[in-house]
Parts: sequence; C-alpha cells; structure tokens
Amino acid sequence: MPPPFLTKEVRMPDTTDPAASPAADQVAQFEDHARGPVASLQHFLHRNPTMVPVIVLALSVLGFGLLAPNFFSAFNLSLIMQQVAVVGTLAAAQSLVILTAGIDLSVGAIMLLSSVIMGKLAVIYGVPVPLAILLGLGVGLAAGALNGFLVTRLKLPPFITTLGTWNIFLALNYFISDRQTIRSQTLDSDAPLLKLFGERFNLGGAVLTWGVVLMLVVFVVLWYALYQTAWGRRVYAVGDDPEAAKLAGIQTNRVLMSVYMVAGLICGLAAWSAIGRVGSVSPTSFLESNLESITAVVIGGISLFGGRGSIIGPLIGALIVGVFNSGLRLMGVDVLWQLFATGWLIIAAVAIDQWIRKVSA
Amino acid sequence: MSEPLLSARGLVKRYGRVTALDHADFDLYPGEILAVIGDNGAGKSSLIKALSGAVRPDEGEITLDGKPVQFASPLEARRAGIETVYQTLALSPALSIADNMFMGRELRRKGVLGDWLGLLDKPAMNKFARQKLSELGLMTIQNITQPVETLSGGQRQGVAVARAAAFGSRVIILDEPTAALGVKESRRVLDLIQDVRGRGIPIVLISHNMPHVFEVADRVHIHRLGRRLAVINPKEHSMSDAVAYMTGARMPEIAA
Repeated sequence: MPPPFLTKEVRMPDTTDPAASPAADQVAQFEDHARGPVASLQHFLHRNPTMVPVIVLALSVLGFGLLAPNFFSAFNLSLIMQQVAVVGTLAAAQSLVILTAGIDLSVGAIMLLSSVIMGKLAVIYGVPVPLAILLGLGVGLAAGALNGFLVTRLKLPPFITTLGTWNIFLALNYFISDRQTIRSQTLDSDAPLLKLFGERFNLGGAVLTWGVVLMLVVFVVLWYALYQTAWGRRVYAVGDDPEAAKLAGIQTNRVLMSVYMVAGLICGLAAWSAIGRVGSVSPTSFLESNLESITAVVIGGISLFGGRGSIIGPLIGALIVGVFNSGLRLMGVDVLWQLFATGWLIIAAVAIDQWIRKVSA
Repeated sequence: MSEPLLSARGLVKRYGRVTALDHADFDLYPGEILAVIGDNGAGKSSLIKALSGAVRPDEGEITLDGKPVQFASPLEARRAGIETVYQTLALSPALSIADNMFMGRELRRKGVLGDWLGLLDKPAMNKFARQKLSELGLMTIQNITQPVETLSGGQRQGVAVARAAAFGSRVIILDEPTAALGVKESRRVLDLIQDVRGRGIPIVLISHNMPHVFEVADRVHIHRLGRRLAVINPKEHSMSDAVAYMTGARMPEIAA
C-alpha cells in the first residue's frame, strides 16, 4: 500500500503555459527597487566611477585651502599642475594598460630611455633636434611594442613582463647615457627645443608650462579614443572579460598590442616633457615615477581588475596626490607624512573600488 | 524536403587519443528548429564548435548552401552569417547593451569624422539596438545605454539572442540557452527562439532540457559516441524514447 499522499492526484503547475505564470511576460522588465541612501550612493558611484576622485579632490582642495596658508593662490595651484605634469602623462599611459587588466611597471624606465636617446642624439651626435625627438618617441613606441609582444605572443603575465623590461630599459638607459647628465646650459645652446615643455606662460595670474598643456591634451585625446571610437570600446571589452571579447569576434591580441604601443609612445612624450621639467637630461630623475603613475591610476578609480573606470580619473588622481603634497608642505608638515597620506589614499581608493563592484543589480 | 542549408559529412575531430567526432553528419534545413541532444561527452559541443568555427575538424566537409566552407575562426563563421550564442553569452558586463550588440562590428560616422577619426555613430547604434530588442519583445529594457551587468539572467540571454538574431543572416546556434535560467526566464527565451524562427532564420538548439527540446524543436538530432545516431520527429517519439536512444538503452527504428 503506497503512502496516501501518493495516491492523490497532485496537480503540478504547468510551467510551459505562459498563462500559468502571470509575470512570465515581464521577466525582461527593468525593475527599479526602492533603495536606501547607502545603496543609492553605491549605485550612483557604480554608474559614475569618476565621482569618487572628483569628490576627494574637491574636499582636499577645500580642506587645504582652509588649513594651509597661501594654498589657494593662483601661483600655488598652477605650481601643483606643473609638478604633476610628468607623472600625470605617465599615468595616462598606465591607465590604458590597467584598463586591459594588465600593469606596466616599465613606464618610468621607457621614459628615461626615451629622454636619454633624445638628449644623446641631439647634443652628442648632432642629429637635428626634431629628428632626435622623433627617434626618442620611436624608441618609446618600440619599447611598448616589446612589452606587447611578450604579453600577447609569449603569453607572459604583464606584471612579470614589465618587471623584466623595466630592468632592461633602465640598464640600457645607464649604458647609453654613461650615467652622465646633459646639463641645462648645454641644452640651451645646442637643443633648446628639448626644453619646450618646461617653458612657462601666463594665464590670468596662473603660471603654466607647456608640459601641463601636453598632459591635458594626452588625456583629451585618450578620452576621445576610449569613448568615441571602436578601438576604445574594444579596450574596455578586453579588460572586462577577454574570453567573452574573443568569442564576440574581437582580436584581443591586436587590441592588447596596440595598447602597449600607445602606452610606450605616451611614455616617449612624457620623456620630452620630463626634460623640460627637470631642465636637463638626467638618467636618474623620476626613478619613482613607475609607482607614482600606478598610484594616480588607482586613486583615480580605475580598477586593477580591468575594464572599469574613466580615463579622466587618473588625471584627477595625480592632482589629488599633488594637492596633498603641496598642502602638507605649506602647512610645514614633514615630507614623510606626504608618503603616509598617499599610502592611505591608495588603500582607501581600492577599498572603495571593491565596495562599488559589489553593487547589486 | 528542400536542400539542407547547413550540412556536414564525415566530420572527425581527435584530441590526442580521444575521438570527439567520429565521422559525424549534420543537416539543418531552412526555417527549422533543430535540437541537438546527446549524453555528456557524446561530442555535441565539438560538433557545434566545428560548425561555428571555434575548432577545425581533422576530416570531413561542411557545406553552407551547398558550397563547401572552412572556418578558421568564429569571426569567419560570423561573416558567413552563422551566429552563435555561447553558453557563457560572450557579453562584456561593464559595457552597455548597445556596445555589446555591436561588439566587433561597430558603426562609424559617415565622412571625415568616421573615416579619419574613427568616430562612432552612437545614435545609429542605439537606434538599431533598440529596434532589434523591440522586435523580440524585449523593449521593456528601458535604457539601451545601461550596462549589461545591471540586467537579470534572462535579460542578458535576451540581449545575446537579439545580437545573434540581428546579425545572423543564415543560421543561429544556441548553446544551452536555458541552462542557467529559472522557469519564467526559460519560458521567455523559448518564446524568443520561436520568434526568431518565425522570422525565417533556422536555429540549432543544443540543450539538455528534454521538455524544452520537445516543445520547440521540429526535428531532434541525437548524438551518440561522436556521431549522429538518428534524427527523430519529436511528435512521433516520446521523451523517454529520446533518452533511451541517447544513452544506448534502445536503438531507434528509423535511421536518419
């Protein structure tokens, strides 16, 4: 005798009949849940990833404006721009690579190598200065191409690849320069064009350099390329999910290769800018710029996991670091606290990134 | 019956000592929904990968419209009008619905801006994406620029099917489209499949779900031990018949 409930006729809902499930025709509907203020903020930041660094920049400018004497002067604000110009330009290159879920530890070394090539060719070998600059930019492009080749063809992880090439490019930099600095006076007499991006001009009381303009132009061009061209959409897709991008018909290796090459070229531009900023061609300047560029990108809200974040973020990230350094200096705080503050900024930025990623749809 | 649109004869694919496809045949006729069923390891996915360009068969011939074709990559199959909706969907979660629909075949502006500066024609892409989603009854998705990750599983499947339907001029291959979905969402996707077939595009449906297969398929291709065992009419056979053939418990009386 079977248990009684098995003898009863049990009517199962007919799942193949749309009328049986009243919401069947609504599954594709966009539902707007009521959210609390914290969840709303999380969603807002998820859709507008640049807002975090923008808010931090605004608050820090306001804070230091109140606390630090002379912070708000046009002179000081423009000085901050001048100070971040080189690292900001490098951060633009770094952003591209990080958007593809990679990392480029060699940006600073590419920049040094490029600048030494420019200086050496123009001053020691008497190559016409514009040609020397072009060759220097070409070396940046080639260095980026080497990184791209190793990452796409030999399938090496970007971190290891660029850790290796960082050392290689630094060694070449010391070899080619003989560890000798080409001094400012020599540049003035032989190759003044190399110092172009250090030239100052006045803009309503603010003193800017052409290096600041170069940095802004690089960011505007990248913004256009990333948001208004197919290439940019593909860079995001490759960083977001390379397998999906490949199945959707994107030649991911080509995209990655182009990203490393463009990054190398931007490092070449940063090299030219750095010569102007330092006033000489020095094989030992900006040695910390690798990590500083990553710092600007991370504080700027670009995810290290790739595919997320706005290209304007790293510009703001670089400015935030500049504002903290300037503000703390004007307050008479020891340099070590600038490092301390930068460290916490990085950690806070990544924590916020993780929190935003957990957004529930 | 007319000539098959997409067909394969004697496909062989070996992975080392494993033979995934052992002289497999395949036929898809115009305007039909052909379900492909088979036990795990029967070689269903190798067959589908060969048809969609994801793997190259070692032997055998694939013909599209009676002409022999060889696909070296999914891109080439796509150019021939064969679109595949993979089980993973191949969508980029952080990008918008419109971006995803046009991934790899973006529209550029006319004239200098598009030709020299690569400027995307976003208005045209958004309009096209919205139109395709409405055709499939998915336009309750309000904002075509919202990121795909904000959509539900069924909605994402809908976007992937709409993408395939928008560009797949000849054949659409769907790999386990309902495997990850709930009852209601599966329902919606099955309706979508029938909508697409109603528009004249034949569909290859790979599925483990017998009720779904028997509901929508015109013919059922049973794959066993790397080859086509039989093609049955779902109206003349029961689900348990199909399972018996699939697992080798019984042999079908009619051969393909």
